[in-house]
Amino acid sequence: MTQLERQQWDVVVVGAGGAGLRAAIEARERGARTAVICKSLFGKAHTVMAEGGIAASMGNVNSGDNWQVHFRDTMRGGKFLNQWRMAELHAREAPERVWELETWGALFDRTPDGRISQRNFGGHEYPRLAHVGDRTGLELIRTLQQKIVSLQQEDKKEFGDYEARLKVFQECTVTRVLKDSSTIGHADEGRVSGAFCYERESGRFFVLEAPAVVLATGGIGKSFKVTSNSWEYTGDGHALALLAGAPLLNMEFVQFHPTGMVWPPSVKGILVTESVRGDGGVLRNSEGKRFMFDYVPDVFKEKYAESEEEGDRWYEDPDHNRRPPELLPRDEVARAINAEVKAGRGTPHGGVFLDVSTRMPAEVIRRRLPSMYHQFKELADVDITAEAMEVGPTCHYVMGGIAVESDTAAARGVPGLFAAGEVAGGMHGSNRLGGNSLSDLLVFGRRAGLHAAEYTASLAVRPAVDEAQIDTAAAEALRPFSAEAPADGSPVENPYTLHQELQQAMNDLVGIIRREGEMHQALRKLAELRARARRAGVEGHRQFNPGWHLALDLRNMLLVSECVARAALERTESRGGHTREDWPGMDRSWRRVNLLCHLADPTEGLAPPDSEGGQIRLVREETDPVRADLLSLFEKEELVKYLAEEELKS
Amino acid sequence: MSTYDASFRVWRGDTGGGELTDFTVEVNDGEVVLDIIHRLQATQAPDLAVRWNCKAGKCGSCSAEVNGRPRLMCMTRMSVFDPADVITVTPLRAFPVVRDLVTDVSFNYAKAREVPAFVPPKGVAPGEYRMRQIDVERSQEFRKCIECFLCQDTCHVVRDHEENKAAFAGPRFLMRVAELDMHPLDAAEETGLDRKRTAQDEHGLGYCNITKCCTEVCPEHIKITDNALIPLKERAADRKYDPLVWLGNKIRRRDS
Repeated sequence: MTQLERQQWDVVVVGAGGAGLRAAIEARERGARTAVICKSLFGKAHTVMAEGGIAASMGNVNSGDNWQVHFRDTMRGGKFLNQWRMAELHAREAPERVWELETWGALFDRTPDGRISQRNFGGHEYPRLAHVGDRTGLELIRTLQQKIVSLQQEDKKEFGDYEARLKVFQECTVTRVLKDSSTIGHADEGRVSGAFCYERESGRFFVLEAPAVVLATGGIGKSFKVTSNSWEYTGDGHALALLAGAPLLNMEFVQFHPTGMVWPPSVKGILVTESVRGDGGVLRNSEGKRFMFDYVPDVFKEKYAESEEEGDRWYEDPDHNRRPPELLPRDEVARAINAEVKAGRGTPHGGVFLDVSTRMPAEVIRRRLPSMYHQFKELADVDITAEAMEVGPTCHYVMGGIAVESDTAAARGVPGLFAAGEVAGGMHGSNRLGGNSLSDLLVFGRRAGLHAAEYTASLAVRPAVDEAQIDTAAAEALRPFSAEAPADGSPVENPYTLHQELQQAMNDLVGIIRREGEMHQALRKLAELRARARRAGVEGHRQFNPGWHLALDLRNMLLVSECVARAALERTESRGGHTREDWPGMDRSWRRVNLLCHLADPTEGLAPPDSEGGQIRLVREETDPVRADLLSLFEKEELVKYLAEEELKS
Repeated sequence: MSTYDASFRVWRGDTGGGELTDFTVEVNDGEVVLDIIHRLQATQAPDLAVRWNCKAGKCGSCSAEVNGRPRLMCMTRMSVFDPADVITVTPLRAFPVVRDLVTDVSFNYAKAREVPAFVPPKGVAPGEYRMRQIDVERSQEFRKCIECFLCQDTCHVVRDHEENKAAFAGPRFLMRVAELDMHPLDAAEETGLDRKRTAQDEHGLGYCNITKCCTEVCPEHIKITDNALIPLKERAADRKYDPLVWLGNKIRRRDS
């Protein structure tokens, strides 16, 4: 039996971004003793990077907005592959979640009559994004962080201990979700019993015993070379769920944000907020042409301006003009930029121009886009009030994720496991609209916390922690310190090198435009990397050792990358964040198909050299038919573009 | 693209002590100090400990001292140095070292807990909050804070005076008090909490002698001293017996 510290909690939340913190607040307010565990310092989560805003149909700027319109936009953005019940709950509950933040001290930008201001964004019919300049994510994380502190202050008063009922384990990592194995053969076999963790600072192992675990670990971008994501985005939650026996849903859908910085190389991929376009910025190629007018797809033809003049008038008079095509959903804009660069009409550093300098006075730019102004000034020596930015697509978000029940955020197949935020799949279908992530975090973070707390309270007996699983997890985590060198005498593998090779492979072979042959190649490369990752060795000791941390994260990145590659190879159509050069059209028959990734080989056996063997098995599943009253929100002419014949009949 | 080899001296060690270690490392066009630290990790020192996250100046994780100045490593461009310069990177001096460039910043989290939270106004339902832009802007400036703790690190009240830490919240959390005090709808006063007075009595505002070091290092360019600390000091002065301060407050505070 491994000697380590064990603590008992009612709910463990993995991840301290928007979804994790909102889940923790809810669980604690429902009476559950709640632990939050996160890889970074408290308040540094990737949510701080969100710039544009939180989508919620409050109707403060255009009173025509309501949840039905938001639902419609979300389904269109996701090309109707969304788990529709999630999209419905999200659209209905987002306004309450935003207003609640004000009662916790958030300070959004205001309308002239003192309400929360809302801005335009790609794919949203009305101005809908509550915002604070272009640092909305920071406001969200800080508000939730300060709400957690205020709950801790209450507990300090009542129990004399800030952490009596809500504790943040910062700079700690979970490597395994533990499950009860004593109930084999019973109905509740395989329930969650806790999490195996290590403290990054000391390398010390510990176990948090809890009947409910909420995964809120964000995304997978660090498997790609050009990404807007931080180092934390190594697909931990995705991998933890898979390893615990829960399936992942539609992992082929990866969003490439159209506008990342392209120069200098060291900042390539860093996000340039969509607000730049929402507030009037335009995209031009090297010939000075606003090329987006050439890229409006048929399904969106009636909704977007046909001339620059009409597009420009829309900013002042949205009721009588159509929006400019720069504000198409992100997948469309990213593909268009990619095509322009490929056609030789790119900028000197391989992007396109994004210009606000000719569209707004300098002081308005500095007020509305202060972070962008500083980001370009300080990192690229570009003054965006005087010259255009160079931008290009960057891996930004994964729509795929843990398959969950819409109402409860419960992971399918593993009692006690919940997931919310980017790590959960379904909500955004094949493509997420900007602004729908922050609202997703709040709506489903709250739901996950609520149902995790209720689940724990409903149990008569807490699931037992299995000692053998702890021993295995400890051995697995220590393996990089005793990595075996290959027989030929070459040194052990360097985890940083493996990571770079993985990022390059995913970027080149499973990136924004996909081809069958390249994805086969990617699967072979992943099999090779998996074999080499077993020999990844680290120097030094367990105290704050980034090489060791990366070696452990590699397992997760490799698992998740295989899911993306395998699902992308399987789906022979183009839809949202999945573009196949060899299958360029959207296929209505694929709309009803969810691709589920299951762990096929939990022993982590190695595939023979130069094979595509791996650990993931794909299962096709037919989606639930959309509820009739929700379908009736759309015009028939629009539905025929998306839905299969048999769905339209009913 | 131009490339050169730079000389770096990076502090390596732990709670038991350590020393500056010399490295020669490649630098490319457009890179920042954090890129160079990452290159050291990938090629020469895989266990070199450093905190970082967003690499875009938004999360405030990669704080360190570059040539003795508190800086975000991700926002310190290599082009500000001469290729012949020796660049010295050390951990934040005001906090105990954990390992290499990583320090124990728990002091800040302890201080955060000592500031009473926002008090929502009674009888105003969610969704009914009304505030004017001009009134929220003052607190919004302080809410730009990314909690990099560079101001806490540079503040001379604690930088070389460990003994002051117990009684002094530091610029970041005095600014938090100011932020809440200037929040148009904070109802602390109705509950008997005088934020201005607590700044002086409980958070050590009196230690601050407005040398503006905090403002100078703030990567978000927040005017911590001018806009947060000085107004707080003015308000903390006894309003009852100082008609000028009383009048000044009346003029400066709108809608309150």
